[in-house]
Amino acid sequence: MSRKIRLTVNGAARALEIPTYRTLLDCLRNDLGLTGSKEGCGVGVCGACTVLLDGKMISSCIALAVSADGHEVTTVEGIAGDERLHPVQQAFIDAGGFQCGICTPGQVVSAKALLDAIPNPTDGEIREWMLGNICRCTGYYKIIESIRTAAQRSRA
Amino acid sequence: MNAFEYAAPRTLDEALAVLREHGDEARVIAGGTALVTMMRQRLVRPSYLVSLREIPGLDRIEAANGGVRIGALVTHREVETSPLVRERIPVLAETFHRVASVRIRHMATVGGALAHADPNQDPPVTLIALGARVEIRGAGGRRELPVELFFRDYYESSLEPGEVVIAVVVPQFPAASGAAYVKFLPRTADDYATVAVAATVSLEADGERCRAARIALGSVGVTPIRAQSAEALMAGQRFGAEMLKAARESVKSAVDPLTDHRGSAAYKREMAAVIAGRALTQAWDAARASARGTR
Repeated sequence: MSRKIRLTVNGAARALEIPTYRTLLDCLRNDLGLTGSKEGCGVGVCGACTVLLDGKMISSCIALAVSADGHEVTTVEGIAGDERLHPVQQAFIDAGGFQCGICTPGQVVSAKALLDAIPNPTDGEIREWMLGNICRCTGYYKIIESIRTAAQRSRA
Repeated sequence: MNAFEYAAPRTLDEALAVLREHGDEARVIAGGTALVTMMRQRLVRPSYLVSLREIPGLDRIEAANGGVRIGALVTHREVETSPLVRERIPVLAETFHRVASVRIRHMATVGGALAHADPNQDPPVTLIALGARVEIRGAGGRRELPVELFFRDYYESSLEPGEVVIAVVVPQFPAASGAAYVKFLPRTADDYATVAVAATVSLEADGERCRAARIALGSVGVTPIRAQSAEALMAGQRFGAEMLKAARESVKSAVDPLTDHRGSAAYKREMAAVIAGRALTQAWDAARASARGTR
């Protein structure tokens, strides 16, 4: 029971045939080799698998790849420019927004989506937007600081 | 996950035909947040999935007779941020805002959440307090049901095989009225409620006495529960400690909570009364402010 789908992944058109039960996360990781997105909880709670579907952040571990047919997917591999990291990525490095790194792709993609939606978020807006991205190392302060830093630099 | 056939029809009639053909073996999928999670946990193993995602027209929020009509494919995030909902029924936008995280609200749909019939969800509680109705389509045509009659049992709705939710219709919010949704959430902000209460209060022309109240509770039984005996106690009353105490006591006997990791049944019963008291107080304050504004 496989099905042919077309996705635009990080700007590139991809056509593939996949089993209907393939999650979008497994499709990205196993069929397309994009292993930046991680599986943490597998039930949409932890945020490690966060990707953008038509620009909106979703949990790819509970999305079926067949349901994304015809749509645009952006993963952590697709947000940097050719020469430079995305401002959010650079800010996570500069402000120390990660330690072990397992949650970082999801944090970065969610933070990018936040700044796309709200370019100058308050700390309250950052906390609320990011509450679905769990981190067991940083205690979150450095993540909030990273996002604040990225927003400031984007303004400058 | 088990193997299954997947269909993404472009019309509702086509979707209904596929559902009719495959009967109990088929499940409807919209946002997938509930269904895919249950399939991953092997709680359900459908052999056929019928996606509603490609059917045009189910993703609209429309003005309807002073209220709003919300299509089944509208996401929680879209309700939360809709200017029309925020203007006409702000408590509904606030309720959807309290569901899980932004990421899940981008995925989960209004119709899917209703069909899932999880008694711990936020939106049904407020929809019941607002007197909303569910629009259902099946092979036999279209029917409507008050949201409070839509839920039958634990994760069980009144949908018959082959039927789908196509919209929820929320009536005009009456004048001299107030509403509140209070979610008691002692753990994380994206959790399900331990106890949730929605209340609406409409005042008489004097702006002081209660003309009608509606109280609905979530996470305190196998379905969302409407506390009609407490509502009846309030009719004609002025706001005060006596009235509030009577309503709170009445709420306790209306609920039938389950013990789980969010608390014991006894604890949730006590908290249902506490949270109902807070919701009624907030709704009453808002009703007074509304009455002052309209006179």
